[in-house]
Amino acid sequence: MDKSLIQNNIRKLRFEQDEMTQKDLADKVGVTRQTIVAIENAKYSPSLELAFRIAQVFNVPLEEVFSYHPEADKKRSKKIV
Amino acid sequence: MTYQEKTTTVSLMSTLLIFGFYLVNALPLMQSEPMNSTAIFSLWATIIVLSIIVNIVSSILALIVFNVIQMIRTHEEESDIMDERDKLIGLKGTRNSYVTFSLGVLVSMVTLVMNMPAVVMFNLLVISGLAAQVVGDVSRLYLYRRGV
Repeated sequence: MDKSLIQNNIRKLRFEQDEMTQKDLADKVGVTRQTIVAIENAKYSPSLELAFRIAQVFNVPLEEVFSYHPEADKKRSKKIV
Repeated sequence: MTYQEKTTTVSLMSTLLIFGFYLVNALPLMQSEPMNSTAIFSLWATIIVLSIIVNIVSSILALIVFNVIQMIRTHEEESDIMDERDKLIGLKGTRNSYVTFSLGVLVSMVTLVMNMPAVVMFNLLVISGLAAQVVGDVSRLYLYRRGV
């Protein structure tokens, strides 16, 4: 399965928050650690609500956590053509 | 392997066991002596109802046994959180199950249209039901591994 078009800085933000563990973040936003792992590896795009909750934990705007890369989608479409 | 993957694998194993048991025991019934239509309908209706009940009960039992073994091994109770990703994967697995079962039902109806024996239709119904569960579990495992 292709990686998501939504990339994130969660790993970096966790590092900046005294190496917050994936489990801690998962507990704070109410999901499993596996979901945080999947989001970090861009294998799962979270819902808007979960994305906001993650941004709230790091106390940063949503755009600092997640970024959208439509060019990856264009490359994917070209490959198919 | 995560807890969700383990439970899906346990469910898959129990379905495959029932599938194997069905193929070994129920299929030869089809080749045995020919029966009149009333007897066939009654026998296969019983087999279908039994296979549904056995499937549900065995899945529950397998999960209970798995959880007990897991608790003894790790000395901790698994979190029962089912988050949005688990729900999405579950829904996609269920969708694939329904598609498989619907195709099975369609094919089994086609056998009736083609004037094949009712036994073939019943067999296809049971097999597509079990195959649907296998497809659902395999797709859940795939989605957990490769991402949604």
